[in-house]
Amino acid sequence: MATKPEMAKIYIMGKEHQVPKELTIMGALEYAGYKYIRGAGCRAGFCGACSTIYRKKGEYKLYSDLACQTLVQDGMRLVQLPFVPAVKAKYDLGKLDVSKNTVLEYYPEIARCVTCNTCNKTCPQDLEVMEFIQAALKGDIEKSARLSFDCIQCGLCAVRCPADIKHYHVGQLVRRLYGKYMSKKSKNLEKRLKEMAHGKYDSEIDRLTRASKEELRQIYKSRDIEAAK
Amino acid sequence: MIEGYPESMWKSIEKVHKTRERRLEEVFKRMEIGESDELLRKFHPDYKEDQKRVVKVGPSKGMKMPHEVADLLEANPLIDPSEIDLSNVDYDVDLLLIGGGGAGTVAALWAYYNGIKPDNMLIVTKLRHGDSNSMMAQGGTQVADRPEDSPALHYLDTIGGGHFTNNPSLVKALVADAPKILKWHEDLGVIYDRDEEGNFDEISGGGTSRFRLHYSKDYTGMEQMRVIRDESRNLDVPVLEFSPAVELIKDTNGQVAGAILSNLETKEYLVVRAKAIVLATGGFGRLHIQNFQTTNHYGATADGLVMAYRTGTRLIDLDSVQYHPTGAAYPLQIAGLLITEKVRGMGAVPVNKDGELFVHPLEPRDVEASAFIRECYERNNGVETLTGRGVWLDSPLIELKHGRGTVGKSFPAMHRMFERFGIDMSKQPILVFPTLHYQNGGIEIDNQARTSIPGLFACGEAAGGIHGKNRLMGNSTLDYNVFGRRAGISAAKTIKNVKLGKLTLDHVTKYRKALAEAGIKTERKAPMILPEYRGKEALEKYMDLGI
Repeated sequence: MATKPEMAKIYIMGKEHQVPKELTIMGALEYAGYKYIRGAGCRAGFCGACSTIYRKKGEYKLYSDLACQTLVQDGMRLVQLPFVPAVKAKYDLGKLDVSKNTVLEYYPEIARCVTCNTCNKTCPQDLEVMEFIQAALKGDIEKSARLSFDCIQCGLCAVRCPADIKHYHVGQLVRRLYGKYMSKKSKNLEKRLKEMAHGKYDSEIDRLTRASKEELRQIYKSRDIEAAK
Repeated sequence: MIEGYPESMWKSIEKVHKTRERRLEEVFKRMEIGESDELLRKFHPDYKEDQKRVVKVGPSKGMKMPHEVADLLEANPLIDPSEIDLSNVDYDVDLLLIGGGGAGTVAALWAYYNGIKPDNMLIVTKLRHGDSNSMMAQGGTQVADRPEDSPALHYLDTIGGGHFTNNPSLVKALVADAPKILKWHEDLGVIYDRDEEGNFDEISGGGTSRFRLHYSKDYTGMEQMRVIRDESRNLDVPVLEFSPAVELIKDTNGQVAGAILSNLETKEYLVVRAKAIVLATGGFGRLHIQNFQTTNHYGATADGLVMAYRTGTRLIDLDSVQYHPTGAAYPLQIAGLLITEKVRGMGAVPVNKDGELFVHPLEPRDVEASAFIRECYERNNGVETLTGRGVWLDSPLIELKHGRGTVGKSFPAMHRMFERFGIDMSKQPILVFPTLHYQNGGIEIDNQARTSIPGLFACGEAAGGIHGKNRLMGNSTLDYNVFGRRAGISAAKTIKNVKLGKLTLDHVTKYRKALAEAGIKTERKAPMILPEYRGKEALEKYMDLGI
């Protein structure tokens, strides 16, 4: 029989709850009787649904993190953000001109960045948010795409930015620009598409679809396997 | 002192460190087919007969499946058809897409390319647009584009990995469309890891005979999903969030004609009329079959299976569940979460508590998982945690093979996740155990993503037959793209010729009768919509006063 877990006192939107110390914030809310409708998505740090703002015991500073990836602490006071009402620019990617400063055109507010570092301190992924905004402002799409790549689009940066920049939407645009216009294209893929348009593999695949299970087993067993890297 | 781990594990970790050097050379032999068959029979959870039963009602009556799935099919509807006013239609559209993950969103885009205006579509989802297993996929997408590779080999790997139980015409569609999908992603601006020439960096996954996995670090699913979603937002495809479908509507001609939604926040029901429906509701990970932990997102409760089944669709291969070999086993806060197969693809290998190899690192997933279970519970060579056992995945090997900094660069998501709990996976091994990952089977479809019910299309994890009894890594992100696309195209074509009759929920009433006739008396209701994780003490005092 497991021993009784050590408990922590936390305040969910101001209300006191006793919860086991080893729980994540998300686990603690559920333990306390909350059933998530908003505020939980992948539960694994990929989706940005569970942005949480909290204060630690005896501190005045506001911290932010993901509820599914952060342990509770005794004396923590927290609230989860159910939604971020930030506007996303609409564009037809195929018609954008990457040689001009397209990002500035769609998100002119990036020019208001005062390099205050709030976004960097806020980001639960610890990204260099301010740097990717600055790179976008200078038209360095490659750098901006690279620095923003791990963004899970939780929106916490946009909520705290004094210049009202929508960093996570800016990141989306720069990455798509990079992916479409600047990343080199695969010659192997082009070649394969051409081969397939000419039906190069059709007869071989058809033969496999018609093979009996026993025949398939034999072919499968004797296929050569590329040596692992 | 080993950072991040309790003292009870230190001795074992030291053994893993000591034996690492020789693992640079050592390779564990792959299993022969007969050998792996026996391992599966003895250790794979799917082969535990007492964990399954025959479903007693509906079009696939007599099919064996896990109790947790049968429980949902043998459950009462959430709604009472007599209380629903079908004459008051809230949304009247051409195409209803149920599910806002990868498959549903891809289907919406391809329906648009094939002539359906965004105004005539509606995506409905129980969480937010994009909340899905698609978003969480880490490893990659299989596309046979290298000169050393071919779609025929992709076909062979896929059907062999599925133990030759896959539907050949679906596998053919999967491998033949793969290069087109990758090209489409390039056009949309999806970023993949590439070499200096622009060709894709590719590695192998379990059961693949060629390096074929295309990836974006270990955020592949997130990168694809957020781009596809961004495109859908640019086109103004309407999305109703937190409003899951709870039942499908048919018309008097027997075709599917809409859905009843529930606004989870106001509890209103909403009636949608539609000429075609793409069901893309994902899989069943959150049913925690056999009490396994899961890698799946919060909403993976198989709602679509239940709703489609009540309209009369057949199901396939539901007896088969994919347990991913490498779920996190420590720390407990992340137990069950995915450690991508790419970690093994890049050179990490599983070892037991003594630091010994016991299985080839890249067997097909079911074989690999079974070998882990055997190592822990028959050979007793696992490492104990508070809740179970696990084996080590020797992740520091990656940097020995590919250079320092590789883990942070290639696995930022994993590296970050373990770091949050004080473990540096580039220096210490990580503890893993199989976790419930994927619904191999699902709703039966043909290669145009049609179900047996007119007007109803299914794609993504909700559909079955593509992977047979075991899916290979990198084939699920491919699957949702290929069959999402096909579903969108087929639905768009169908819509042009549809004339709907009168809306009806008779099939729901009939299903209730069939339950009674089969002698099923139960309080259970389905679909589940969201799993229950509230604390026991809180639930014991739960009282809904209807205020």
